Amino acid sequence: MKSCLVVDDSRVVRKVARKILEELHFACSEAEDGRQAMEACAREMPHAILLDWNMPVMTGIEFLRRLRKMSGGDAPKVVFCTTENDLAHIQEALSAGANEYIMKPFDSDIIQTKFAQVGLI
Amino acid sequence: MKVEDFDMFSTMLKQRSGLVLSRDKAYLLESRLMPVARKWNMKGLDELAVAIRTRREEALLRDITEAMTTNESSFFRDQKPFDQFRDVVLPMMLAKRAARRSIRIWSAACSSGQEGYSLAIMLLEQGAKLDGWRFEIVGTDLSSEMVEKAKAGIYTQFEVQRGLPITQLVKYFKQVGDKWQINDKIRQMVTFREYNLLTDLTPLGQFDVVFCRNVLIYFDQPTKGKVLESIAKLMPTDGVLYLGGAETVLGITERFKPMDNQRGLYVVNQPAGAQAPRAAVG
Repeated sequence: MKSCLVVDDSRVVRKVARKILEELHFACSEAEDGRQAMEACAREMPHAILLDWNMPVMTGIEFLRRLRKMSGGDAPKVVFCTTENDLAHIQEALSAGANEYIMKPFDSDIIQTKFAQVGLI
Repeated sequence: MKVEDFDMFSTMLKQRSGLVLSRDKAYLLESRLMPVARKWNMKGLDELAVAIRTRREEALLRDITEAMTTNESSFFRDQKPFDQFRDVVLPMMLAKRAARRSIRIWSAACSSGQEGYSLAIMLLEQGAKLDGWRFEIVGTDLSSEMVEKAKAGIYTQFEVQRGLPITQLVKYFKQVGDKWQINDKIRQMVTFREYNLLTDLTPLGQFDVVFCRNVLIYFDQPTKGKVLESIAKLMPTDGVLYLGGAETVLGITERFKPMDNQRGLYVVNQPAGAQAPRAAVG
């Protein structure tokens, strides 16, 4: 079973995403901000990370840049999942090492196709 | 809904679009035709039924048909057929058309155009190996509204996230307000026109590859057969037909047969004796 870390400061979004991902047979863990996500990745690298952009303490993009410099940090497939929906943000995410990008609102179809495209499913 | 009203709607839809609506789908009439009734300033389906019986106004009948025919589509829908196109059909056609260097592709019942555009994107991604080749992609749909939408190439955030990798969104689309428009280069590769599959198809010309996916499922057996036979007439003997995952030619027509080891792909069946050498005329 593949693991997915869901990083979002909204408890509701984490719950919805978790439900969708568990239906896709992912073992999920959660983090409320970038720093918690860093700690989780330091303990164990997940296969996938579903990542919000705007969060307190540490933003998603900052987390991603740090993750990609960590030992083993190039392994997880990172899928942004954010309300930021303009080209500039998407390009910034891709150049920071994101594998896919979901613009909120999302549904299970979108998560499924995006995860399939990066080879997680 | 009154039984005679249901029967009238379903007969009309069958004649105009081939759509077969069974009694258990009556709820679809309610949910999809209420917006049409409102547009025509009518209170509900009863009034709509009366209007059809008394006026038989073409614009009204057209609105009803368009509202009832399913318009679901997405970029690279089901993915596999597009992988097969890139890995099997395209290399085969490049070999067979090496002299002519042109290939015509038809996206039948194209809805809002994603299938044709997905093919165009896939062709562009092939890069230099297609230099000097001419590809013509034609999308047709019964719905004028869908054809207009396809031509505009403007999609919602939801639509561009279904099947389209983010790198291709960045590469081939531009942001227009809260929507996304496919770029001119891709749009110029695909032409769209309004066309009913139940009518004479010969004016569309010949097609080397035909995508007719998730269309036949809405038709009854005789209509499926009729449509497949008219499609066969537009295809050269080495053409390739795509059907949807739940569709087949088996038991419906002899004009096509499944392609070996390629699920969903069909080739034109040579009529018995067609390949045999002709008897000398004596």
